[in-house]
Amino acid sequence: MKLNQLKEILKANILTSQISIDIEINNIIASDLMSDVLNSKTPAELLVTGLTNNQVVRTCEIAGIKAIIFVRGKTPDEETIKLAESCKIPLLSSNLSMFEACGLLYSCGLGKPKSEYGTGSDPL
Amino acid sequence: MEQEAILYEEFEIAGGDFVNGGSASCRVKNILKEIGLEPDIIRRVAIASYEAEMNVVMYAKKGIMKLILTPHKVIIKVDDEGPGIPDIELAMQPGYSTATPEMREMGFGAGMGLPNIKKNADIFNINSTVNKGTNLEIIINLNNKDE
Repeated sequence: MKLNQLKEILKANILTSQISIDIEINNIIASDLMSDVLNSKTPAELLVTGLTNNQVVRTCEIAGIKAIIFVRGKTPDEETIKLAESCKIPLLSSNLSMFEACGLLYSCGLGKPKSEYGTGSDPL
Repeated sequence: MEQEAILYEEFEIAGGDFVNGGSASCRVKNILKEIGLEPDIIRRVAIASYEAEMNVVMYAKKGIMKLILTPHKVIIKVDDEGPGIPDIELAMQPGYSTATPEMREMGFGAGMGLPNIKKNADIFNINSTVNKGTNLEIIINLNNKDE
């Protein structure tokens, strides 16, 4: 599914300028803990998070995550938006809670019945 | 090993600098991308070096990250001046952390940094002297398929 479709599903706003959101999203990780994001076995294309500091953008740059959606209507500061623009990582913000956002994404077929944390166990 | 280096770069890391923390690892990642290494190798190097860099930012006064590329491996060395680690075995245990609330607010400090470096490395060496500093060596082998 494309990020611009997910934007409509989550009723999200785009915070960055001049970065395309025509990005294919197959794997999503939702976490406020960057250690978990860095520890994820499967590379994801989208991070759903309530954390808005600049290290969220750095973590995504390092882990190869292509876009970030902030939940609960949170928005990062201007410096973090600039950093994301320089890394070509689009930032979006949705008023939904983490739980609601993940539930909607999952019901759209983006969920997978397996754990992508820790030891990276096989699909159940 | 270092005499066969085909690329050598050094990056300074400032302790406590959460604004620029991670920029050295992003540069390492971009350099390896330009060289055209495999995405999986680049991801492992980037994650290991970022975890190591953020440890310097969070705990040390300052540090230097060295990127050494040889025909067969990528080596990341991180040497810092700082408090050191009194018990390395304990620090290597997943979940053990001495992080401050500020570090946790940034999304770190879950006690997964050193274990995650080890997970991504083929060889991981760590030495530390209390009140002096910590030295990390992370080696990731290249998959030279044509050999």
